[in-house]
Amino acid sequence: MIENIGTGALYLSLLVSLYGIGAAAYGTWQQHKGRPAHAWIESSRRAMLLTFPLISAAALSLIALLVSGSYNVQYVYNTTSDAMPLYLKITALWGGQSGSLLFWSWLMSAFASAVTLRKWERDREFLPWVVLVSLVTLAFFLMLSVFFENPFVRFWQTIDGRQVVALLQPAGATPIQPVDGRGLNPLLRHPGMVFHPPMLYLGFVSFIIPYAFAIAALVTKRVDDRWIRITRRWTLVAWLFLSLGLVLGSRWAYDVLGWGGYWGWDPVEIAAFMPWLAGTAFLHSVMIQEKRGLFKRWNMILIIITYDLVIFGTFLTRSGVLSSVHAFAQSAIGPLFFGFIGLTLVASLALLLWRWNDLRSEGQLNSLLSRESLFLVNNLLFMGILAVCFWGVIYPLISELVTGQQVTVGPPFYERATGPLFAALIFLMGVAPLSAWGHSTWKTLGKAIWKPFIVSLIIITVIIIKGMRNPAALLAFWLVALTTSVTLYEYGHGVLARRRRTGESIPVALWNLAARNRRRYGGYIIHLGVVLMALGVVGIEMFQSETQGTIRVGESLSLGGYTITYKDLAVFDTNDQRNVARAVVAVQKNGRPIGELYPRRDFFYDSQQPMTIPGVRSTMEDDLYVLLVDWEAISSESATFKIYHNPLVNWLWLGGLVFIIGTLVAALPDKEHQPQKAQYPAALKTAAS
Amino acid sequence: MQQNTVSPATQGRTKFIIGGLLIIAAIVYLIVSSTQASTQYFLTVEELVNRPEMANRDVRVSGVVLGDTIQYDADTLDLRFTVASIPADQKDIDAQGGLALVLHNAALDSSLPRIPVIYNGVMPDLLKNEAQAIMTGQMDDNGVFHAEELLLKCPTRYEEAVPEQANTSN
Repeated sequence: MIENIGTGALYLSLLVSLYGIGAAAYGTWQQHKGRPAHAWIESSRRAMLLTFPLISAAALSLIALLVSGSYNVQYVYNTTSDAMPLYLKITALWGGQSGSLLFWSWLMSAFASAVTLRKWERDREFLPWVVLVSLVTLAFFLMLSVFFENPFVRFWQTIDGRQVVALLQPAGATPIQPVDGRGLNPLLRHPGMVFHPPMLYLGFVSFIIPYAFAIAALVTKRVDDRWIRITRRWTLVAWLFLSLGLVLGSRWAYDVLGWGGYWGWDPVEIAAFMPWLAGTAFLHSVMIQEKRGLFKRWNMILIIITYDLVIFGTFLTRSGVLSSVHAFAQSAIGPLFFGFIGLTLVASLALLLWRWNDLRSEGQLNSLLSRESLFLVNNLLFMGILAVCFWGVIYPLISELVTGQQVTVGPPFYERATGPLFAALIFLMGVAPLSAWGHSTWKTLGKAIWKPFIVSLIIITVIIIKGMRNPAALLAFWLVALTTSVTLYEYGHGVLARRRRTGESIPVALWNLAARNRRRYGGYIIHLGVVLMALGVVGIEMFQSETQGTIRVGESLSLGGYTITYKDLAVFDTNDQRNVARAVVAVQKNGRPIGELYPRRDFFYDSQQPMTIPGVRSTMEDDLYVLLVDWEAISSESATFKIYHNPLVNWLWLGGLVFIIGTLVAALPDKEHQPQKAQYPAALKTAAS
Repeated sequence: MQQNTVSPATQGRTKFIIGGLLIIAAIVYLIVSSTQASTQYFLTVEELVNRPEMANRDVRVSGVVLGDTIQYDADTLDLRFTVASIPADQKDIDAQGGLALVLHNAALDSSLPRIPVIYNGVMPDLLKNEAQAIMTGQMDDNGVFHAEELLLKCPTRYEEAVPEQANTSN
């Protein structure tokens, strides 16, 4: 019954989407001919709105099936089991391929519907095109769900005894009702599963909104920065979710993958990272268009690339083209994704070429050291990292096509190629905020930067005196110190200036400073978050150490100033069908007892798979990461441990948090500033002419 | 506007083009040199056995794990097992009924080329019979593969057409 409601809602939503596309297209065509078309366009808008309740009904049906354990449905059978807690049964909605495609469509329809509810008075002409682009994207995903990856297909036994999987009951067949499901892959049974995939997906789908507006601007020839101003908040929200998704995924990997890793340059990680890179370049570059009327074509290219990388990212995670720990889902929908990406890319670029001459810059770059030039360098660096990632992902495919020989490039390729680019970006983060718009010289820049520069030199001298000699690490620490001092200096400068002018206390001045120019000061907080994350990355990449050993009860292992002593081990069954082996180890630091850790290994009966869960002691200085590798089954007299010492890695998570806070600050409404901004460009233009 | 009248504008533009080209050249250099430095051949067990020139160099190999051969010494963390050859081409795999079936059949087929593997480290949770092992490392002159990196996939777990219990429950 519920399956049929879900299937029906899914089919209807596809029909409504297709109708909406038709209505929007016909409406704009009528409009073009000068006939009244408001009714058609309004109808397409309502079709867009209607997809949300319909897809909600489909998604909620699937959730109901997952929660009630209807193992007759193949998807439910494959992703849940009786032993799983309720929250994991619900998250199984995005635990497999067909469910995650439905989830994608659900989020997409929610966002697109929200957009159609905004006030459109000033931007009437955009509406049909925004609806059209959103609905085409949505219809593509719904079509995949309906025809290729239907989450509601069920098991049947036909009269002649064969077992089949089908949506509708084959004639005379009886349903097969398995007693229990196979359960979610244990690696996915983690609280990270609740937040990481939805955040990534939210980031993915919300980037479609700025793209839809960009296309609308191109088609309607309204090529000023209006589309950028409308979608500024959307872009920031998309970026916020995508960043959050990446950080959470990284933390999840650190917690469950068992080697203290946080990022493995896995093709699927890269697939999520690429739209983030293009989106980050876009976020920076639109500021130049708003301020100086430059880079209009470039911004169009960036948002088009971001959109197609979002689709490409979904394709990579969902098609199994590339061997990867993440690619647990394989199916034949790959060619369709390729077709859709190719089609939208070609159509968007053709549209851009058609409007090429209308997108002329209103000014030009004057000085190599001006703020806008440095923004351009920033864009080139982000595009450089993107090119490295893209090349790493497609080079194996190209090489196989050309030479017939399969090759791969692993993490060393990415680390080597992106390392200098990341370093350059951090350096740029330190310098760019101090350069002036329009015209800037070495002299003005030097005058602005010498104080924070001296501070960074003092910090690095202290680090050298403390015994650090590794040149690469010193360079990295210096870059971090420089950017941190510049950022804090900029803040201090702004706060003091405001305090002098208004007499506010420092906290009030700080608050008002950020509130008056959220994007700028939110941006500085984001920069601060990035350098803190860089600190964590340098710590774990350059100074991680490890040891291992089999020890008897009472014996110890030492690493990085820590000593762990094996005390006890217990093996027991839990009521959610796990067999748990849990060790107790006492931890000492420099001879002083500081507590206990409980590394364990869980064996999942339903999926017949073990999972290693580390015992971690985390401080801002370093992490002690203890894994239980093996133990004597009966006596538990001795056990084998592997220990990692991960210096500074906590700064990675702290930096991630600061980063997210900064994005929130930047995305909040800029109330105080709004009215001025509307007048400012007009005033500037009259002054210039 | 004044592009063709005043030379400073052109001069200014040249400056930017040179700067931009330098950055792009640096990026291209990084990509090309890193590709050359870290490309690894991705071979099947069969290819590795039949191409002696691939011995003693970093390669990536994919094969199916034979469960009976897994030996783990917890004291030294030395892990030994044998892998059998499976096709690398997705088309061949699809033609033979999908990865799960290919792995299952390859593990039973003793005529396929096999190589012993040594790996030092924590025993991976997914290592078991009929798992696909994707390994990076070198084969020594005795034909033993020394894996530095070990990645495992068990495709059967995630998507399977018809449940096994279904036979018993109906």
